[in-house]
Amino acid sequence: MDGGLRNRRILGWAATDALVLVVALFPVLWILMLSLKSPGTVTDGRFLPSEWSLENYRNIFEQDVFTRALLNSFGIAAIATAIAVVLASMAAYAIARLNFPGKAIMLGAALMIAMFPPISIVGPLYNMWRNLGLFDTWPGLIIPYLTFALPLAIYTLTAFFREIPWELEQAAQVDGATPFQAFRKVIVPLAAPGVATTAILVFIFCWNDFVFAVSLTSTSAAQTVPAALSQFPGASQFTAPYGSIAAAAVIVTIPIIILVMIFQRRIVAGLTAGAVKG
Amino acid sequence: MEAATAGTTSPARPARKRVSDRARAERRLGWLLCLPAVIVMIAVTAYPIVYAVYLSLLRADLRFPDEQKFIGFDNYITVLSSGLWWSDFGRTMLITVVSVSLELVLGMLLALVMHRALVGRGLVRTASLIPYGIVTVVAAYAWLLAFSTPSGGFIPHWLGIDHDLVDQAHPVTSLLVVIGAEVWKTTPFMALLLLAGLALVPDEMHEAAKVDGASAWQRFWRITVPLMKPAILVALLFRTLDAFRIFDSAFIIGQNGTNPKIETVSILGYNQLLNRLNLGLGSAVSVLIFLSVMLIAVFFIRVLGTSRPGEGS
Repeated sequence: MDGGLRNRRILGWAATDALVLVVALFPVLWILMLSLKSPGTVTDGRFLPSEWSLENYRNIFEQDVFTRALLNSFGIAAIATAIAVVLASMAAYAIARLNFPGKAIMLGAALMIAMFPPISIVGPLYNMWRNLGLFDTWPGLIIPYLTFALPLAIYTLTAFFREIPWELEQAAQVDGATPFQAFRKVIVPLAAPGVATTAILVFIFCWNDFVFAVSLTSTSAAQTVPAALSQFPGASQFTAPYGSIAAAAVIVTIPIIILVMIFQRRIVAGLTAGAVKG
Repeated sequence: MEAATAGTTSPARPARKRVSDRARAERRLGWLLCLPAVIVMIAVTAYPIVYAVYLSLLRADLRFPDEQKFIGFDNYITVLSSGLWWSDFGRTMLITVVSVSLELVLGMLLALVMHRALVGRGLVRTASLIPYGIVTVVAAYAWLLAFSTPSGGFIPHWLGIDHDLVDQAHPVTSLLVVIGAEVWKTTPFMALLLLAGLALVPDEMHEAAKVDGASAWQRFWRITVPLMKPAILVALLFRTLDAFRIFDSAFIIGQNGTNPKIETVSILGYNQLLNRLNLGLGSAVSVLIFLSVMLIAVFFIRVLGTSRPGEGS
């Protein structure tokens, strides 16, 4: 009797889980199916391909536009993430561990910048970057990404650093470790998960940007995948680019799916740490 | 603390001086460590926004660079007296209110599933992180290509409709697709913020209320919601500001910002700045968007009493 009730409840939850899964994954599945249609059948209006083909993938990898954009996306996001995490670690260490006036202002300013509408500074940046020769270059995107990634990184890292038992560092020094050893052997391993989580969130943030990418680049020199997607040419003059768009969309989604599968727990912890615990 | 122990063996004055030296060194180190981050953040936001204010007071059209001159608030008068700004503003507010409300309801349901499900919690979390992590432009294409007839969308095909659902002739469905894409993409983020708040509600309170005969519905409204209010307000603040700035999905679903029926204020700013190259008018729009965002933030913090995250502890 009791077992029957429990089974029914488990069944109910399983059905709910299945519903969430379908809703969350259906659009991704659709773009995958679209990308696997042969170029001639892309616009046939069916959900499943009537003719399965990898032609769309071959097309995009034969085009410089996409491979260059992929390289730009990876390079720009990686460099911006590295710099943002280093600068934010310094600031977050200071905020979590040191006493100094201006701490609250620092956090408040970071929050204001996180709320800042990017479109408001696109015009001035466009003008400034053209005058400084930064328009359509990697640094031209890395700099704004840094700015908007820093508040996110500082918040997340401060929340993580506050949880670290810093006394251990002194304890290690009492036990005869040099300050550097104490830092490297005790603090670094404790801080690493928080730093890694922050790096993942910042990378996703930079990988995702469209406003700056579409406004501050114009050629393959610095155009990232989201910007390139919006200006995709068809494989030939006479075919619409939908198949190529779908294939490129699947390719840029793969790194995200891998990150999410491996770091699910950390991403959840990181997203909620900054917002609630503070 | 150190001063007290030191004070017992040595005269108070040098001890206090030593402490204040240390405090000063600590203060300096704190500032030094924050400085690089502060410089980058200010250089790329404060300076450009001031520059945007300056540009907004000029006639600055890149197509006619010789005619640049100071014209005071003329650009603002032009923008604010145009029907275009107000219809885009109204549309942006509509998208914001409808999508954030839907996200709150769906996000709360999703958070409850993540919190309470007897089976498959990890699976649900992983699956919902995919819409969160996916590139917004990609999500927008998935929705656009599903609903548009020229691209062979399966939805019109399934529904037996032969017209395009996302073209200029069908503003209502276009807007619904934009909202759908937005809600699909950001509900998981809302759910995660709410989940963190949900974890703060002690189980014992639920048990006690259950013993007293409160139904699940009553417990949700009388215990969970009041205790979660701070988390709910923070989540609403984040999402409202984000939704008001909507650009990527409306731009893509509106065929690169060319469908005026789903133009939002951010797209209006973009079109003025980068298609018409009218820096003066575009900057006026930018400044107005900035002010709107500030007003929304002030409304949440002052009127609704949202605590600023990061305060406390």
